[in-house]
This record gives sequence, C-alpha cells and structure tokens, in this order.
Amino acid sequence: MALDVQGLTAGYGPVTVLRGVDFRAEPGRITCLMGRNGVGKSTFLKALMGLLPATAGTISLNGQPLHGLPAHQVPRCGLAFVPQGRRLFGPLTVAENLAVGGLVRRNDPARLDEVLTLFPRLRDRLGQVAGTLSGGEQQMLAIARALCLEPKVLLLDEPTEGLQPSIIALIQDAIVTLKGQGVAVVLVEQRVDSVLKLADRVAFMVAGRIAETRDAAGLVAGDPAFRTYVGV
Amino acid sequence: MAFGPFLLLALMEGLVTAAVLALAAAGLSLVFGVMRVVNVAHGEFYMLGAVLAWAVTTMIPGPPALAFLAAVIIAPLLVAALAAAADGLILKRLNYDPEATIVATIGLLYILQQAALSLYGPNANPVTAPFEWRIQLPWFGYSGYKLFVVFAAGMVLLALWLFMNRTKAGLVMRATQVDRTTAQAFGINVDRVYMGTFALGAGLAALAGVLVVPIQQAQYLMGHDPLLLSFIVVIIGGLGSLRGTLIAALVIGLSDGVISMFFTPTLAKILATLLVAMVLVFRPQGLFGAKA
Repeated sequence: MALDVQGLTAGYGPVTVLRGVDFRAEPGRITCLMGRNGVGKSTFLKALMGLLPATAGTISLNGQPLHGLPAHQVPRCGLAFVPQGRRLFGPLTVAENLAVGGLVRRNDPARLDEVLTLFPRLRDRLGQVAGTLSGGEQQMLAIARALCLEPKVLLLDEPTEGLQPSIIALIQDAIVTLKGQGVAVVLVEQRVDSVLKLADRVAFMVAGRIAETRDAAGLVAGDPAFRTYVGV
Repeated sequence: MAFGPFLLLALMEGLVTAAVLALAAAGLSLVFGVMRVVNVAHGEFYMLGAVLAWAVTTMIPGPPALAFLAAVIIAPLLVAALAAAADGLILKRLNYDPEATIVATIGLLYILQQAALSLYGPNANPVTAPFEWRIQLPWFGYSGYKLFVVFAAGMVLLALWLFMNRTKAGLVMRATQVDRTTAQAFGINVDRVYMGTFALGAGLAALAGVLVVPIQQAQYLMGHDPLLLSFIVVIIGGLGSLRGTLIAALVIGLSDGVISMFFTPTLAKILATLLVAMVLVFRPQGLFGAKA
C-alpha cells in the first residue's frame, strides 16, 4: 500500500514547521528522509501519525484519507511508528510493551512469534522491565512493538542513533527483511553509510519542505547532495 | 480495660479507618497517576456515595442486607456515571491541563456539595448496617460489620490490583500513564481511558462512602476529612503508586486509631501532617513514587 502526502502543513501551535510537504512511500521500498537538524523530519513523522494536527494538505494510504483522523485511529489503518529516543513504556515488561503494540491486532500469537523470530534476543527478556534493557535491546523492542501492529507502512525515526555497530547491523537486517515482506519503510536517518546501504529513494528536506528526491542508486558517498542538504 | 486489650481495640479501629482510607485514596492516586489530574472534588464523590446509599436503603423496603447490597452496587455506579459526565463536560475541554483542572475540580467540589445540601438537606442520617453481628472477644465485643468493611476493602483493592496488572484494560491504563502520546500511536483512545479512569476513581471513593455510612452517618460535609486524609496518604505513598497508597493508608489509619484512643484525635492529625511535611522535605516523590 502506497502512502501519499500532498502539501502537508503542520506545526506546534502558532509555529509552522512543515510548509507543504509532498512525499510518497511505496510498498517493498525504503524511502529515507534526510536533512539538517530542525528541518522538520521528526515533525513530519508525527504529523503522519496524527500526533500533530495538519493545518493543510492530505495524507492517504492507498487512496484512504488519513488526515483529520484522531491519532488513535491512524495505527488501525496500517501505520506504525518507532519514535526517536524509543519512547518505550519503561515500567512495563517487554511482554507488556509488545502486548500494547499488538492491541490493534488483538495480540495475534502468530504475529508475536514472527516478531520475536526477527529479534530472538527479546524472547529471553519477555518478563524483564523494559526500562532496564540495554540501549540496543530497547531499540529492538521499540521496533518489535511497532511490528506487532502488522504495519503496511513503518515510520522509523533515527533507529540506529547511539548504538554499537553490531546492533546497527542487526537492525538494518531487520529493516531489509521488512522491505522484503512488502512493508513501505520511511526511515529518518542521518548516517550516510546507512542510507546508501538501505535506501531505494532518498528525500532531502529543507525548512519544512522536500527540496529534492533522488533514487539511491544514483547516490555515492561524498555526493554534493549530502553536503548541501545534510552538511556531511 | 487493661493496656493490651485497649491497644488491640485501638488497632482494630485503626484498621477500619485504614481500609476505608485506602479505598478512597486508591481512587485519588489512580486519577492522578493516569491523568495527572489532582481531583480536589474526590471527597465529594465519597460523600455522594454515602448520601446515595442512604437514599437507596430508604427507598428499598425489606431486609437491611438486601437494601445495603443494592446501595453497594447502585451508589458507586451512579457516582461513576456522574464522574464520567464531569470528565467529558469539564476536564476534557480543559485538555487535562494540570493547573486548570485543579481550579475546575474546586468548582466541582462546591457544585456537588451545594447540590447535596439542596437535595438532601443539612441533617446527618444513619443507614442501618446490613447485619447486626458482634464478635465477642474475652475483653470486649466488636462490630462484625466493621470487620466486614476491612475484608470488603481488602477484596476490592485486590481486585483493583488484578484489574490493573492482569487485564487488557489495566494494561492500556498503565501504558497511558507512562506516555499518553505514544499510547495514542498504538491505537489507544486516550480520551476514553481518561473518562474510564476518572469514573473508576470516583466509584472507589463512592464505595468507601457506602461502606462507611453504617458506621458514620451520611452528611453533606462529610467529604472534607477523607479528602484531606487521602491527599496525606497519596503524598506519603507516592502519587500514582497503588502499593504506596495501601501502605501509607495502613500507617495513617493505624496511627490515627491508636493515637486518637490513647491521646486525642487532634494529635493524630497533627502527627499525620508532620509526617507529610517530613516526606515533602526529604522524599518529595513519596515513599514509593517514581522521581519526576
């Protein structure tokens, strides 16, 4: 299912952050969103989830309009979100976090088993309080929790930030697996190597708008686009 | 009476106070924990429970146990429905802003109190206990109903714990308590959770009022003391902590019973207030609360 965004405008109260974003994410493809700090990448993901009200523009999933829906209805339409900083339910156990993720799908045990197959380390930690997991395990749980929704579109906000290389590789493998399953992945990422490894398309954001969208196949490390839009 | 039996009597009286207090304070703690709303009108839900219990038992003829059973079911449900309406009409419109809801619940306190005065009147009215059974100890006799109050409150608190920790609704409430925004991103209707929580908190206060009314009589100003003591219990136990609420209720209830009987009720209140002051100075998050 393709996610289509046209002219999305949103912000925090009187402050407008997104100024008419046009964006498309397709099933079985990874679309990376890059840009300098503060250009509105995280705000864009929050607006897609209905967590920030859109003041103009449209969001649709395979033609079904999502804009204007209450935030709690958006996940039921097939969008799942892995926020920056994980935002786990810290005092709840791993199993309880996954159960919250699976509420919309009535906690299908088969789905939970699929998710735990993707992150087998979590299977041994089901009874552990989420807040006591290591940083890498917390990130795995944040992704696993979102996958319990059985999403058509997965939004990931810097999922490898601050993690050690072995965990980054594990998370990247999981993202590629999801792409293979037909999930449309929207990945906010600052690391050029990650983008070059994972992305099918890259959208560069400047001041609340998509300035340029490129096929990842045409990008290489040191490409002027990275310097212009990301500053690396 | 010798010191030993006198102390036993004081402890039993304190246990009854603790049981009722734990029930009322659990509601207050739940509402603050999940919604971050300091409900100043909580004592009025307790009062309404007692007043409605009087109304129901007066209307239903027949054996007192039957009328009381009806009151135990009807009064908390009516109060919970009223609280749900108050949530939708007042708190939701204020977007659950912590400061604004304090002012709003002060207003709600006066509305409920004056409504009770207008409809029920200023008199204190007794409600017949559902049974007249006394337990005869070697030193004194003791009301079987008071022991029933302790047992019933214990069962309700156990049920509340099981509800919060073993059911899907409890899981949803705990997730909302931790992070309202993220809960929404997983399909949780936070407005509905808040309405249910406010209703449940009020229902618990009302149930405490129903259980206490055969011991105390129903009166329109009876919500003040439970409100104050519930705040004391919740501050000592830690806002939002059910375990802390229960332990603090036991400490306050038992010390209130013993000190009131051996010295004066005023001294008991002074010491409870001092304890709150100590907690606020040395452990502001309460004994079992999480640091902000």
